[in-house]
Amino acid sequence: MTGIVALYIFMLAAFTGYEVIAKVPVILHTPLMSGSNFVHGIVLVGAMVALGSAGTPLEKSIGFIGVLLAAGNAVGGYAVTERMLEMFKSSGARGARGGKDGKDGKDNKGAAAAGTH
Amino acid sequence: MDAYFSAAALIQASYLLTAFLFIMGLKRMSSPVTARSGILWAGAGMLVATLATFFYPGLTNFPLIIIAVIIGSVIAWSSGRRVAMTNIPQMIALYNGMGGGAAAAIAAVELYSGHEQTTAGATLAVVGGIIGAVSFSGSLIAFGKLQGLIRKSLRFGGQQLLNLLILAVALVLGGMVASGFNATPAAVTGLFAAALLLGLSMTLPIGGADMPVVISLYNALTGLAVAFEGFVLGNAAMIIAGTVVGSAGTLLTQLMAKAMNRSLGNVLFSGFGDSSGASTGSAVTGSLKPIEAADAGVMMAFAQKIIIVPGYGMAVAQAQHKVWELCQLLIDRGVTVRFAIHPVAGRMPGHMNVLLAEAGVPYDLIADLDEINAEFETADVALIIGANDVVNPVARNDKSSPIYGMPILNADKAKNVIVIKRGQGAGFSGIENALFYLDNTRMLYGDGQAAVAALIAAVKSV
Repeated sequence: MTGIVALYIFMLAAFTGYEVIAKVPVILHTPLMSGSNFVHGIVLVGAMVALGSAGTPLEKSIGFIGVLLAAGNAVGGYAVTERMLEMFKSSGARGARGGKDGKDGKDNKGAAAAGTH
Repeated sequence: MDAYFSAAALIQASYLLTAFLFIMGLKRMSSPVTARSGILWAGAGMLVATLATFFYPGLTNFPLIIIAVIIGSVIAWSSGRRVAMTNIPQMIALYNGMGGGAAAAIAAVELYSGHEQTTAGATLAVVGGIIGAVSFSGSLIAFGKLQGLIRKSLRFGGQQLLNLLILAVALVLGGMVASGFNATPAAVTGLFAAALLLGLSMTLPIGGADMPVVISLYNALTGLAVAFEGFVLGNAAMIIAGTVVGSAGTLLTQLMAKAMNRSLGNVLFSGFGDSSGASTGSAVTGSLKPIEAADAGVMMAFAQKIIIVPGYGMAVAQAQHKVWELCQLLIDRGVTVRFAIHPVAGRMPGHMNVLLAEAGVPYDLIADLDEINAEFETADVALIIGANDVVNPVARNDKSSPIYGMPILNADKAKNVIVIKRGQGAGFSGIENALFYLDNTRMLYGDGQAAVAALIAAVKSV
């Protein structure tokens, strides 16, 4: 990838991020922050490449910590975001009345996304 | 070479798909109707990119990679599934700090190994590394503060000057490393040490109330650091995802700061955000008029329209489930019930909505400040539970009050106001609440959960 192409990508992605979020209602601020926190968990692929190219013990240790932290970012971000968004329901969709707990039931799908490595 | 070529093409195609899934996912997450599916889209994107990266040409150390992924995933998954909804803000800070730390680790590996030959590449690695390290240590402090591990806000004269000095040290060392003038391991170590210190010293003076804005800012910074390291590694998925989060996070930070009536500069540089004890405004005259739960219940049962104003105190008392039970009883009687949410009702904007959603409250019964403020005049009862400063009318008219100018919910305009309160104390900011002394206000004293349970019994017996 040449430098100028990378800059084009950078510019277009910046506009995209701005536009995608621009009209978000306050009620979704917390989940959305958590969701975008999950998205930068993509740092995991970079950390994998860095550890995969590490030679000395020092590089390997730092790379190992990097992959560990990145995996935590991605998986943790997914877990809390999914838990929050799963609870958002409209009046029409509220099934069991007075249901106290929205966190059960969907765990399997999330576990599949996180545990396939 | 053929095998390498096809592997590289597979990876590029996967990253393209990932970028598409991330952007669609974020788009869907910005509306309550589609939000749930948004995280699934983004999750699928992450899975695709991660799996494809295992086919990266020339990748070694597979056992280490797999062990690190498993350890990180297991720790984060178990903590993320278990954490109470009230503690979500600090968990976001923690996971965000981990991402920043990972970006810094990538930079460190690249700089220690000397893989990066060009000055431009080394510069991007350094800048991304500094930002990532600041985000890492800063987010950990934010986590510590919200978790209650760090109670004091460290402040002293010349603090901004010291921060500037640390930043200068980091930049000078970074410049030496990037230009190849002194690209020694010692200089790289010093660079990261200075950046980590900067994150600590920048975040320690900021008070707990401002932490959400700070976490959001660090979230944007981590995105930026990831994008920079993406440039270094020539990784388009990292560039796109990191940049999208960087710009979306910056906008979100501004929106949050605005919702909390604070400017970003004010948050970062004024060292405020704890309760200010300086001025408490004019004295309030009048008396507090108590009411029994039975009477309050009857009043609510025969009302046409009730607006409930929940505050963080409700969540602390774990009363949201009882509140929703009460609402359902009232709705079944034909009463119109709505929730009015102030931006700072929870620990961060939108947090209260999450807490109510956890109790089962549908999001279309929940309105934010702008939507609902005009409706208080037509409400028969405004029920205040666990909220204080956000309904204090002195913010509208008393210039000497520290909360003057803060947007508030106009609960005082309702025909009747019932305030559930533990005792006769002042609010979070230490200010007497004029609302409590109004002629149309009645105080229902007691623990949040017990008081609402008494209301439920009263409504049932009508």
